[in-house]
Amino acid sequence: MNEALRDLSAYIAEVHPELVQSSDFAFGELTLTVAPENLVAMLTFLRDDVQCAFVNFIDICGVDWPQREKRFDVVYHLLSPRQNTRIRIKVLVGEDEAVPSACGVYPGADWFEREAWDMYGILFTGHPDLRRILTDYGFEGHPLRKDFPTTGFVEVRYDDSAKRVVYEPVELRQEFRSFDFLSPWEGTDYVLPGDEKAKA
Amino acid sequence: MNEHNVRNFNINFGPQHPAAHGVLRLVLELDGEIVERVDPHIGLLHRGTEKLIETKTYLQALPYFDRLDYVAPMSQEHGYCLAVEKLLGIEVPIRGQLIRVLYSEISRILSHLLNVTTQAMDVGALTPPLWGFEEREKLMVFYERASGSRMHAAYFRPGGVHQDLPPELVEDIGAWCDPFLGTLDDIDELLTGNRIFKQRNVDIGVVKLEDCWAWGFSGVMVRGSGAGWDLRKSQPYECYADMDFDIPVGKNGDCFDRYLIRMIEMRESVKIMKQCVNRLLGDARVGPVSSLDGKVVPPKRGEMKRSMEALIHHFKLYTEGYHVPAGEVYAAVEAPKGEFGVYLVADGTNKPYRLKIRAPGYAHLQAMDFMCRGHQLADVSAILGSLDIVFGEVDR
Repeated sequence: MNEALRDLSAYIAEVHPELVQSSDFAFGELTLTVAPENLVAMLTFLRDDVQCAFVNFIDICGVDWPQREKRFDVVYHLLSPRQNTRIRIKVLVGEDEAVPSACGVYPGADWFEREAWDMYGILFTGHPDLRRILTDYGFEGHPLRKDFPTTGFVEVRYDDSAKRVVYEPVELRQEFRSFDFLSPWEGTDYVLPGDEKAKA
Repeated sequence: MNEHNVRNFNINFGPQHPAAHGVLRLVLELDGEIVERVDPHIGLLHRGTEKLIETKTYLQALPYFDRLDYVAPMSQEHGYCLAVEKLLGIEVPIRGQLIRVLYSEISRILSHLLNVTTQAMDVGALTPPLWGFEEREKLMVFYERASGSRMHAAYFRPGGVHQDLPPELVEDIGAWCDPFLGTLDDIDELLTGNRIFKQRNVDIGVVKLEDCWAWGFSGVMVRGSGAGWDLRKSQPYECYADMDFDIPVGKNGDCFDRYLIRMIEMRESVKIMKQCVNRLLGDARVGPVSSLDGKVVPPKRGEMKRSMEALIHHFKLYTEGYHVPAGEVYAAVEAPKGEFGVYLVADGTNKPYRLKIRAPGYAHLQAMDFMCRGHQLADVSAILGSLDIVFGEVDR
């Protein structure tokens, strides 16, 4: 399995060295990093080339790394039923940059790109209909970003006197508890309570 | 009425329509009785599973997977466990693998029984659900006897399964198999040759194989269109490579072929279950059901009473949890509805950094517009039924 992936990686790098920024093996999986402008060319090549034949579109998703300059990873998973291999394509984009849409190559990319837009606010240029998909009608914000609180900002309830559903700011009976389970012996980046004067 | 007065009109299908299989709202644009455009509105059951998992430890994240495709809960857990195990690099002992395969196949029958019978109900037959649900009830009792819960089992854990099965339970599962084939014959007899059922399903919702791949279909949807593709055979996980079973493949890619495949797959699942039962009562009668790595799998109660180390492990695992090495993996299982994938990004702490759930139903449902165009309004519910949609996994 690993051998086949290494061959595949070498083959792609040989035919299209200009498209691949880096390639990476881990846990028996191949990840290629591609610049946004080369994405569509790369996907088209992977789909149409006989030795690749990644005809089955699997998934698109975003990953948020807020401390990084280019904040988002857009991760594409493809499957080649003929070669029986999987591949992962990764594109790095900043918060206000856009990724070209993959809908022209894989029609199935449609909803997955809408979801990435909904959850992370990643823009896809050339997408036919980039609406929100999973969140409520009229929702604001992008909930899977790391700076979006898990409890959200609004809550809904049915108001019996108004005879309709009303939106109100979240009111927590108890503060959201994010427990710090990490062992204090394994290097915390804060000062432990009571340790303030114990500086060596 | 002259030509000018004829115009398209929109209707709302769902979210409370019984044939919408949950909370689906379809905005249909109709020209007479012909569907011109379908716009599915989803997300009414969105619970933010992926966000919640980011705030939980790896063990606490597991029960969320039961709540995705709640028709076949253990298949989802399986995908997650495989992803975590891949990062941790731990092996599941053979008895654990057999139990997992056994329960994955029970899940497959649970899901197919629900789908086949409710699809029949969508097109007008009432008896199949009554027969099918009786068998589902028995299977859910097997779930309960293994995990303590009829649906939300939380039984597959990274490293193996939660608890061992008593031999009586394995025997009962074995005794269930043959009578079930009889029930399946009854349903088969009632539906397969039925004129109304055929008129509603044959040549409806035909998809070509290349469209299937490009739309991201998997599972029964691609097999119905003629691909012999099944992850249990092509990328075997657990001990599926040792099992003897066949993959049914369709020819026409219509709703009827997909129905037939589900019927045959249930028989194949029974075949696999029997092999598992034989081995669980035979060569794998004793042995561990989960990995013996104390850093991941909690110790037995009795062990904790005697061993200090086990006690420390127990305390650590249920407070801090285990740390998963940094990296990213994608693990997929052949869930009853298609390829259920988990893309897990770990940052070396005790919580997943990002976990993307790739649900098969999501990719299938987005093709509704493509599949329904030009069909009659009544075919929409037949196509929706054959897609096998469960909103727990579509909306996540």
